[in-house]
Amino acid sequence: MADQTTVTAPPGIRTGSGRRRGGLASLARSAARLLGVVPFTAYVLAGLLIPTVAIVVGAFQDSAGKFTMSNVDTATHGIYLQGFRQSVELSLLSAIIPGILGLLIAYAIHTTTRATVLRRIAITASAVFANFGGVPLAFLFIASLGTTGIVTGWLKALGFDIYAGSFSLFTFTGVALAYMYFQIPLMVLVILPALEGLRPAWREAAENMGARTWHYWRYVGGPVLAPAFLGCLLLLFGSAFAAYATANAMTAGALALTPIQIGTFLNGNVLAGQENVGKALGLGMVVIIAVVMIIYTMLQRRAARWLQ
Amino acid sequence: MATVTGTEQAGRSAAAPKPALKPRAKPPVWRWVILVVAGIYFLIPLYAALRFAGIKAFPSVLHQAGFTDALTLSIRLAAITTVLTVVLMVPTVVYVHLRLPRLRRLLEAITILPIVIPPVVLIVGVLAVAPGNLKSSDTLLALEYVILAMPFAYRSIDAGLRALDLKTLVEASNSLGAGWPSTLWRVILPNLRTAMLSAVVLTIALVLGEYTMASLDLYQTFPVWIVNFEQSSGPVSVASSLLALFVTWLFLMVIATLGGRRARRTGGSEATLFSQVRRDTGSGSQPPAS
Repeated sequence: MADQTTVTAPPGIRTGSGRRRGGLASLARSAARLLGVVPFTAYVLAGLLIPTVAIVVGAFQDSAGKFTMSNVDTATHGIYLQGFRQSVELSLLSAIIPGILGLLIAYAIHTTTRATVLRRIAITASAVFANFGGVPLAFLFIASLGTTGIVTGWLKALGFDIYAGSFSLFTFTGVALAYMYFQIPLMVLVILPALEGLRPAWREAAENMGARTWHYWRYVGGPVLAPAFLGCLLLLFGSAFAAYATANAMTAGALALTPIQIGTFLNGNVLAGQENVGKALGLGMVVIIAVVMIIYTMLQRRAARWLQ
Repeated sequence: MATVTGTEQAGRSAAAPKPALKPRAKPPVWRWVILVVAGIYFLIPLYAALRFAGIKAFPSVLHQAGFTDALTLSIRLAAITTVLTVVLMVPTVVYVHLRLPRLRRLLEAITILPIVIPPVVLIVGVLAVAPGNLKSSDTLLALEYVILAMPFAYRSIDAGLRALDLKTLVEASNSLGAGWPSTLWRVILPNLRTAMLSAVVLTIALVLGEYTMASLDLYQTFPVWIVNFEQSSGPVSVASSLLALFVTWLFLMVIATLGGRRARRTGGSEATLFSQVRRDTGSGSQPPAS
């Protein structure tokens, strides 16, 4: 491909047509430049990509190594289908409710004046609580709402025996409640930058034209914030979907959730012929989360149009 | 927020020009109500846990069977992971910023991968392909933790680099005669101190709290110990959790204050834990693994 003729630029100004100059030499130079990322690439390949490929391939292999669809079949029926369904329900629940609550809290934080201590505390607290997931969270909740929990005791003193009905911390509801504990701060953290991106000038312009609060949110703030908000919901969904530690520490594997079920394939009793079903389940999880993350990226790009 | 008197408003109001538009009724009350309610919601389980465990449980944690071993294992893994992460990520990100800016998008996409492939699934794959001698050692965990820590480390270092004018610094350093190692060590790294500290702290917090891969790989790290110990004594497990939490909180407060202070001094952006909150705009952020 010949160099496109361009207007000769004054010396010192780089033109865009430098692409093809030098041919092979410049190719070699680019290759040499890529050497710098070789260690990183090698590490990611070995530690992340190869195990993933192993899972994808293994999902379609039976115990003898031959191709089969039986793993995928098992993984999409029966208790595993129930596991997927419950995981998705749980993740939706712990994405939407914390999403809304988190937005409210984030807005409350956002409207505080910039440099106050309160703001700093609120943001740091969100960071700490968002990190809470896993083991400590499970025990915090067992201590509060377990059968001998403190809050259970308080409620009992007030006349509500929550364990009289079907509630138990070790069921779907209990786990959902626990998930909200770290999902709400997570939402606060991820939606705050988007809120900061809402320019005060827009609000003032809207008010200039007679808009009240509701009008502003309905016609300006809402539409601008919507992609970011939905994106954050997806993030929360992904975070809840992939969570293992809290549910496992709280229910010891009793609840039918996909991550827990995958865990049992590593250390539980595995039925003959079903050795690779765990990999099929893993593949399913990866597919679901990948779809979520793709939509998230698209929404983020949309949100960035106005909010940056 | 300041309000502006528009000519319309002036015309609509009475003849005498009012000094300012009637301020939007934004009572600070609802803001405080929300924050207070949220504060209570989050503090109750903490308080309940403290009551449940009882003050006596805390000192006894140190004497429990397996505590020291588990904690030592976790600390050792944290050290290995942190060193590996920093040594791997800092040069790579700096290099990409300087020499291969077009790869930045790709790099960002790669660092999202550990989120798409959750630890539960990753450990299955790892255990399937790991060579025998590595599989039976706990170093495998440390190596995999580097992958888990990658997104956070990348975010921190990338944020730190974006706050610098890297190209100018490097060119100035080169024009003064410094070679590459010198530039890296004496120019770039000191400017990345907060970012690196942030990356280190996040990595340590991650490793010390990581349960999924450790338990499925059958190693008794600190979180695994806490869960296993619940069979023997609930209060001790709760107390250990609170301790772990408190230490993490301390760490995070340290980065937050250092990061804020440094940002004010250099006028750069304040890189908080998951998001980079610039003075006037915001940018994206990312969740923790659980």
